[in-house]
Amino acid sequence: MIVRAEDLPLHTGEDVVRVRQATRQATVDAGFSLVDQTKVVTAASELARNTVIYGGGGDVTVELLRDGGRSGVRLTFADKGPGIADVQQALRDGFTSGGGLGLGLGGARRLMSELHISSRVGEGTTIVAVRWKQ
Amino acid sequence: MDRIPILRMGRFLLVTIQVDMHDRLALALQDDLMEQIRAKKARGVLLDISALDVVDSFIGRMIGNIAGMARVLDAETVVTGMRPAVAITLVELGLSLPGVRTALDIERGMALLQRSPDSRDRPR
Repeated sequence: MIVRAEDLPLHTGEDVVRVRQATRQATVDAGFSLVDQTKVVTAASELARNTVIYGGGGDVTVELLRDGGRSGVRLTFADKGPGIADVQQALRDGFTSGGGLGLGLGGARRLMSELHISSRVGEGTTIVAVRWKQ
Repeated sequence: MDRIPILRMGRFLLVTIQVDMHDRLALALQDDLMEQIRAKKARGVLLDISALDVVDSFIGRMIGNIAGMARVLDAETVVTGMRPAVAITLVELGLSLPGVRTALDIERGMALLQRSPDSRDRPR
């Protein structure tokens, strides 16, 4: 069940900051521990930057979820950028197509409970990341 | 555009990062620090991140860049005040900061820099 959903644009560095803040609020409302809040906000920051830098800009939906007794936060990043040709390669640590550290996607996957990537070259990318309260 | 202030403490420079940094600010900081290390003939840089509740790979790369560039200019970098939640997350993120020393706070960071053999007086 979606308790709350918020759509935010992702085109600038300032947008990334706002997404971090919205994600932080969602994790607080979901009752996450401080460490888990930090992990989710860090993952959000990685994915948000990717959307701006590699995706050519897009948007994110930050959702507070409740599934039976447990609460969670779901982040859906979407862009209409170049897309990811090889998702497995993109998930590998150290792989970067832009001079970064290459930790963003793999790192986000490690920090979240679930990470789903769907991408079509030339059409865009959608990334759904979920973290459930332990 | 705002710039992060760089304070001088003897032979060291102190930078306290207190805001959510965006790309332009991070790049400006790197440029300013390099210029200040050169101009003030600084021996070390204290990068205080105690106000940061999140350090992602972008900030991690900035820290690594600062440490690397400072080294080229013969200055040591010590990162101080990393929060436990941030440290735990960085490990899981897979972000190791090779060659970057850390200290609990600015005071200990200063002590670390002062003990370093590179910070002993010698002609430049």
